[in-house]
Amino acid sequence: MKLFSKLISAIEITNKTNAKIEALVNYFKIAPDKDKLWLIALFTGKRPARPVKTSLMREWCMEITKLPEWLFLESYSTVGDLGETIALLLPTPTHRLDLTLHEWMTRLKVLKSKSEEHKKAFVLEAWSGLDQQERLIFNKLIGGSFRIGVSKKTLVNALAKLTNIDTNQLMHSIIGNWDVDSITFEELIHGKHINYDNSKPYPFCLAYALEKELSELGEPNDWIVEQKWDGIRGQIVKRNNEIYIWSRGEELVTKQFPELVEAMQNFNDDFVIDGEILAMKDNDVLLFNDLQKRLNRKNVTKKLLEEVPVGFKAYDILEYNGSDIRDVAFIERREQLGSLFNSVPLSEHIKLSFLVDFKKWNDLHTIRDNSRVINSEGLMLKLKQSPYHTGRKKGDWWKWKVDPLTIDAVMIYAQKGSGRRSSKYTDYTFAVKKDDALVTVAKAYSGLTDKEITEISQWVNKNAIERFGPVRTVKPELVFEIAFEGIALSNRHKSGVALRFPRIARWRKDKPVDEIDTIDTVKQLITAP
Amino acid sequence: MSTEMHLIKFTKKGIYCPQGKFYLDPWYPVDYAIISHGHADHARWGMKRYLCMDDSKAILQHRLGAGITIESMPYGKELTINEVKVSFHPAGHVIGSAQIRLEHKGYVVVFTGDYKTQPDFLTTPFESIKCNTFITESTFGLPIYNWKSEEDLQRELQSWVTTNQQNDRTSVFLGYSLGKAQRLMSLLNGCDDIYVHRSIHNLNNAISESGIKLPETKLWSADLDKKTLQNKIIIAPPAILGSRMLKRLPNPATAICSGWMQIRGNRRWQAVDAGFAVSDHADWNGLIDAVKSSEAEQVYVTHGSQAVFSKYLDEIGIKADELVTEYGDEALAKAEAETDKVTAE
Repeated sequence: MKLFSKLISAIEITNKTNAKIEALVNYFKIAPDKDKLWLIALFTGKRPARPVKTSLMREWCMEITKLPEWLFLESYSTVGDLGETIALLLPTPTHRLDLTLHEWMTRLKVLKSKSEEHKKAFVLEAWSGLDQQERLIFNKLIGGSFRIGVSKKTLVNALAKLTNIDTNQLMHSIIGNWDVDSITFEELIHGKHINYDNSKPYPFCLAYALEKELSELGEPNDWIVEQKWDGIRGQIVKRNNEIYIWSRGEELVTKQFPELVEAMQNFNDDFVIDGEILAMKDNDVLLFNDLQKRLNRKNVTKKLLEEVPVGFKAYDILEYNGSDIRDVAFIERREQLGSLFNSVPLSEHIKLSFLVDFKKWNDLHTIRDNSRVINSEGLMLKLKQSPYHTGRKKGDWWKWKVDPLTIDAVMIYAQKGSGRRSSKYTDYTFAVKKDDALVTVAKAYSGLTDKEITEISQWVNKNAIERFGPVRTVKPELVFEIAFEGIALSNRHKSGVALRFPRIARWRKDKPVDEIDTIDTVKQLITAP
Repeated sequence: MSTEMHLIKFTKKGIYCPQGKFYLDPWYPVDYAIISHGHADHARWGMKRYLCMDDSKAILQHRLGAGITIESMPYGKELTINEVKVSFHPAGHVIGSAQIRLEHKGYVVVFTGDYKTQPDFLTTPFESIKCNTFITESTFGLPIYNWKSEEDLQRELQSWVTTNQQNDRTSVFLGYSLGKAQRLMSLLNGCDDIYVHRSIHNLNNAISESGIKLPETKLWSADLDKKTLQNKIIIAPPAILGSRMLKRLPNPATAICSGWMQIRGNRRWQAVDAGFAVSDHADWNGLIDAVKSSEAEQVYVTHGSQAVFSKYLDEIGIKADELVTEYGDEALAKAEAETDKVTAE
């Protein structure tokens, strides 16, 4: 495992994607074939089922180290990762085990069905034969995930650098159905097990944020305006009775949205369409927060499918029955999309994204301001004659988002982050005034610089009211401007309101606590639908 | 906190000995201060009189000004101040670092300042002293902190330098000017030419002039040309991260050297190329060994994980209480950065 351990060390220390890719390429150049396959499997979520429960690993570690549970937990909350905590607490190794990644994974696969006694003997033997970094990796191989900033995309870019094979094809290959035991590395990357012709997507056409006055865009009649839905941009590819869904990040997400795959099967024609994947119930678009419950799941349960149904609002069509129509004017592509959607009875999961009816530029201001009510981020302005460009190009398409709402709130709890952020307090809870007390309105963990996070962490260390466990109650002193995309009344929240996508806009060092918002001023931001 | 207190009182200005009428590492100006070591959170400016261990004298004068009133004495020598016997004993933390032993009518208090029980290639090794009251630091008071031996650390650092040289990279080690810098010099001695930042260079000169021998280093100055530094070793204080001076280096590989680097999250937090757990403080087992071998009836735990460490000591049958002080990592980081700024000029 030395090689794999070295790779992980090299990847986790850097935050530069290129350095990660470099390390992966070097690994692929020298690692044994089966190890390479395992690496791809592990980083794409094709992990065998966990053979040993974490609670047992904890128990065994405490037994070996003779530490009281509270001290174990205190260590865990400082480290922020169970596998790493165990690796750090165990005594120095007594012997040296040197197995390849493949050999470890093979052993772990058969461990699942063994008795607890057998499992314990196996794990303890491994722990006492591996150094600290290898132990950590071993613990990760057993269960948890490798959160070291290697996305499928990074992995694919490394493979592309190594082989010069097209990245989307590699993405399809590594995500497709394959098994470490029945394929070679060469076969995998050359896609022996897939038919890439059926899945190949187009690069997305992207828009810039509007940077001028609407009137400078020319005649309103030359433009088509639609809602900018706040979901995940996606491309649905249907060719030869196969259906693939690509996300904007060039990942294949087909398996995450079974209802969309089913809905597409109604069509007789082949096509590639561009649109937005959204959480949708009874024709209403739900919050992005709801959609998040559906993302990156290995298994989509029936319960989840009912709780958060997903829909697709189509914007554009790029290919129709085998011909690439990206150079056809947008207005004609829209017509083609319309007639495609009229050709068969549509499932409730697919909708045409409606066009905004307007005559003068001025009509659009009110429409944009009201987008929030239907959970849209604002408007998209597209030139009727525009082709479907490759990537981002200025001039033909513009996005015109609504301004975020903001409130001033005070920090009341701070919690340490995980992974790279496990040493700092990065997750905060904010409150506003309610009569003489404070009431929680939002949790937010993004929007600050590393420097600010360091400064706040030091402040938290000094001003924490209680000192055990991961969450610190702090003196209500630090005021922040919180930005969010929407606000609604909510019975589930103590404050009575739910904020949509809250984040920290800035640290208001200039503002004293008594000048923060009250719950009443916050509620005034709610616009009646 | 204990109601029975012998020889020491915890005041707003710092730890005070009423019988001896002096303070130990006070954080506000007082008449008479006995100093454990030269770090800026322990040796502060503005005391009317200072007493320290011989090897710390030049360091204090360099950092606090040549004009201070200062006396010093060697490890083990006893000085009676108003009926209190005072002596210094090796703490193994940085050059000149001392535990301060106080004795009055047969009652003994030991104040450790900062200490490290594991021997290194530079400082006089930590010496365990029996006492009634033991005041210990707890910077790394969690069982996740266990240091490698000095020999293993040396191998690890030197092999990192070798790998960097194979890739045509200059190795930059970051650590505090006082303590970590000299420790790194001793770990990397003989590996290749070592260049040091001006703040370290000036401090090294002060230490050397007082008769202590340090590994050979050169000054890393802005006018050195890139080729000279290529593939060499540089030691600089952490504040240099992100500076122009660092950016001017040819293809640098940067490593932070600190006990905190034991945790992955901390290594990954700063955008550097490596993190080495090189610490001048006692690790978990070191702290416990020191407490146990002091055989003290009462332990006070200062800066670091005081809540956790004192709770654990209580559980294993050693009476311990927390003590809030103004020492510690964050105070040190700030104070050291300011000291470096002044002494680099």
